Amino acid sequence: MFPHLAAGAVSEVSTVTNEANWLLENAWLIALLPAISFVLILFFGKKMPFKGAEFGITAVSISFILAILTGAAWMDHRDNFTLDTYGEKAAVLVDDGAGSAVDNVTLAVGTAAEAAEGDGHAYVAVQKTTQWLQSGGVEFNAGIMVDGLSVMMLFVVTLISLLVHIYSTDYVGGDRRYTHFFAFLSLFTASMLFFVLSDNILQMIVGWELVGVCSFALIGHWWEEKPNSDAALKAFITNRVGDVGLLVGMITLFFAAGKGMTFDTITINENILQGGVSHTALVVAAACLTIAVMSKSGQFVLHTWLPDAMAGPTPVSALIHAATMVVAGIYMVARLFPVFWEGMQIEGSSINFLATVGAVTLVGAGLLAFVQDDIKKVLAYSTVSQLGYMAMALGVGAWTAAVFHLFTHAFFKANLFLGSGSVAHAVHSFDMKKDMGGMRKFMPKTYVTFVIGSLALAGLFPLAGFWSKDEILVNTGGWGILGGSGSAPGSYTFHFVMGMIGAALTAAYMTRCVYLTFHGEYRGGHHDEHADDHADDHGHHGEPHESGPRILYPLYILSAFSILVGFVNFPPGFLAGSKKDPAGWQERFLHFIEPAGSSYFPAVGHATPSWWLAIVASLVAVAGAGAAFTYYFVKVERLAKRTGEHLVGLPNGVTTTNAFARAGHKLLVNKYYLDHLYTGIIAGGTKGPIAKAAYWVNQNVLDGTVDGAGRTAVQSGKLVYEKIDQGVVDGAINAAGRTSDAIGEELRHINTGRVQNYAAIMFAGAAILAGAFVLLLAL
Amino acid sequence: MLLNQFLLLSAVLFCLGVYGVLARKNGMLVLMSVELILNAVNINLVAFGAFRTDVGGSVFALFTIAVAAAEVGIGLAIVLLMYRNRRSIDLTQADLLKG
Amino acid sequence: MQLLAQVSSETDLYVAQNIFFAVIALTMIYAAFRVVTTANVVHAALWLVVVLAGVAVQFLFLGAEFVAVTQVLVYIGAVIVLFLFGVMLTRASMGDDETVAGEKRAMAAIVGVLLFAVMAMALLDSFEDTRVDIDQPQGVTEVSDAIFSQYIVPFEAVSVLLLAALIGAIVVARKD
Repeated sequence: MFPHLAAGAVSEVSTVTNEANWLLENAWLIALLPAISFVLILFFGKKMPFKGAEFGITAVSISFILAILTGAAWMDHRDNFTLDTYGEKAAVLVDDGAGSAVDNVTLAVGTAAEAAEGDGHAYVAVQKTTQWLQSGGVEFNAGIMVDGLSVMMLFVVTLISLLVHIYSTDYVGGDRRYTHFFAFLSLFTASMLFFVLSDNILQMIVGWELVGVCSFALIGHWWEEKPNSDAALKAFITNRVGDVGLLVGMITLFFAAGKGMTFDTITINENILQGGVSHTALVVAAACLTIAVMSKSGQFVLHTWLPDAMAGPTPVSALIHAATMVVAGIYMVARLFPVFWEGMQIEGSSINFLATVGAVTLVGAGLLAFVQDDIKKVLAYSTVSQLGYMAMALGVGAWTAAVFHLFTHAFFKANLFLGSGSVAHAVHSFDMKKDMGGMRKFMPKTYVTFVIGSLALAGLFPLAGFWSKDEILVNTGGWGILGGSGSAPGSYTFHFVMGMIGAALTAAYMTRCVYLTFHGEYRGGHHDEHADDHADDHGHHGEPHESGPRILYPLYILSAFSILVGFVNFPPGFLAGSKKDPAGWQERFLHFIEPAGSSYFPAVGHATPSWWLAIVASLVAVAGAGAAFTYYFVKVERLAKRTGEHLVGLPNGVTTTNAFARAGHKLLVNKYYLDHLYTGIIAGGTKGPIAKAAYWVNQNVLDGTVDGAGRTAVQSGKLVYEKIDQGVVDGAINAAGRTSDAIGEELRHINTGRVQNYAAIMFAGAAILAGAFVLLLAL
Repeated sequence: MLLNQFLLLSAVLFCLGVYGVLARKNGMLVLMSVELILNAVNINLVAFGAFRTDVGGSVFALFTIAVAAAEVGIGLAIVLLMYRNRRSIDLTQADLLKG
Repeated sequence: MQLLAQVSSETDLYVAQNIFFAVIALTMIYAAFRVVTTANVVHAALWLVVVLAGVAVQFLFLGAEFVAVTQVLVYIGAVIVLFLFGVMLTRASMGDDETVAGEKRAMAAIVGVLLFAVMAMALLDSFEDTRVDIDQPQGVTEVSDAIFSQYIVPFEAVSVLLLAALIGAIVVARKD
């Protein structure tokens, strides 16, 4: 009944069960625990000995353990689920004819014999749903959907959240809103888990907005300072722009693919894959959802909020703006992949909207990372760039590669962010050029973890980033002369080239970042009057020192993950035949995560990796790193030694000598003028000229007309008064003149700023329009 | 009874409400005029509901009452805030919208 | 309450019913007129009570008993009290206050009359002498059935709106 994994066909029957391992059926507990913790912290946090942190850490720890157990249960389920295990109940449900959307029972599950063929075992998602309410034949359900993708997200979110919780007890220790901070960390964790577990698009929207609210609250954690609250508002409002896309896209999906009947994710995906859904509707939905991804996952041109969001505390940046929330957009695309697969016709194509947005973001943000002085902003643009990688990978059809990169990126980016926080904690600043440099002497442990994270991010063998980046590049199918084999979904040459450029840029800007932060001479400590905006009990200045264990241990753990997680998805044929053949490890990630052969996932082709490609990509990354290394570690270092100055660059570098380079540098420093475009031209344009035009119309046209009418009336009144007998028409004329004059007087104050005047005009306009309409109908 | 009896009564109340919203200077009185408008709408809803023997008219009238309660709450909060900031609820003084 | 609706089915009582309607309607119009013209804020609130009570009676005419009861409870019971508190808290003068009379009465009157003209024209044109006959008052059961089945989503939306308004009012009005 279920075709073999690689058979390239989509199952016709729903590969969904509602009977499975207890852990899989009750995965909602993982999301519930942090939610309970949020409430407890809110009500009892301030009275507790650790100010509420204990609730958060306990809840997230239990969630993390549950997530690991759920992961193990999923692996077992993935390999061993048959009718025999839970078959009786499932069979009974089938007999009832209860195949309706209400309980989404398994319609049929392959027999044990069929499923046991080869290694291709049926991929059966677990879904538990209850009806929340019903209206006009449409059911609003609440439920969970557990498959490889959501299990992976559960693991990533709970692990990083737990580490960030522990890290935060030190980092924001003594903060005036310490309890508030932990409450929102818990709420955020709960919202994100809710989002990844949701089994229908309505629930996804709720989760999506909830993480947005938490992000707003945490970016503005130190809202007393204007830039912070501005950044929070900017993040919130930019995300609202994308939310319009999300809502329109989801509504389109509900009516087109859900047939106006169901919000269920699996049913929607199945309907799309089985055909019969309007292609136009899918194009609209895919485009609108891409706009949602642009805002939430920081893609060009709506990425501008993400670097500003670094105004929040560093643990928040690590958790929300690197590892979890910003991948919500990527997750959404992965979850609703058939929409994009069919809507954008990814297969066999060589260009589409999503992939191109990703590719442009990848290179554009990579360039921006070069001109940042703030270490967190470098990492922020790096995040934007890496999210571009993921969006591009999804756009070219490399689903597993994108999800795998999401997985590896979460660890090394959280590692880098927490590392930058550790440094900033020591020097009370984020400015690499002014306050850092030479930090490796003071913080050797942070240095080591930061370098590991950087190498992983740069994609150097054999760290995590190498494997996922390589998989994306090979699956673009645009390798041309570099070889490669297998069936990549399309041939995206442009995106392949952008991916290569991105790899070089990533390696280069991380080299710059490491040099400016950890090498050279220490440039900080010169302004002791500097008022630190946080960590009030760390008032001592002078020599920076290594951070405490609560900061270091999360870094160690994340570094270990940055090295190791790449190994979970060895490409096929890697070391094959040799003594060290890790056969049991080949493509494990793909096996457990990708719902290949299930009813709600398209038959996506996979490219076979090529050694040449891997070598060339690595060389490109090494070349990028080498160029930056030569500039900073060799040239700048030598000059600094000779002159004895603290240098952050060559005094007569290419940006000062070459006009073209200078112009490019200026463009980057101004962030492609996107902020100017938004605040200056778009916002200013709409409120400036339009208001001025309206004022001009008021002053010249309306006032002129009204005044003229009034004056004419008065004058004609006078004229008549002189010519005709006063006694007869005097009163009437005077009244008319005076009324006109009064109306003129009234209306010339049209631009008073008083709401009532505007309301009067609105009502009068409405009345006149309605009157015209009624007359037209009557005639 | 004629349907128009109710609809015309409702129209009169609506227009008086509009007059009040536009002519009054006192914020409290403007809010009361808004209540007149909302009640006029309610009469319309219920009249059409009765005319079509559809319970929907009554249901939406109830929703309007709930929304009106929310509106009064927010409106009064705004008026109070205005009073605290300016020691006056004279709407003619609130002219910051001036372009 | 049921009485009013029941008598409407009997032709003999049409005249009496129409006279009753006319009295109530004229009272309401006069009261509404006083609401928008009186110079005294407290008097305006009290005239508003008359209008709202009149609206409740109109609901009874139309057989909407539950709405009428809600009108009395929510409007006359709660909203008016809220208004009186508002009057008290903003220390508006309890006596006559000349400043409440707007200087833009002419403009407002023109707009009001214009609106009424359009509406009256449309109504008279389209409904001429359409009758509305109430045989049976709407029971509470019917209303509740409709709210909790067909109109459940708007109902949920309204509940969220009320929560938002509650929070909003507190945020706007609190002192700090």
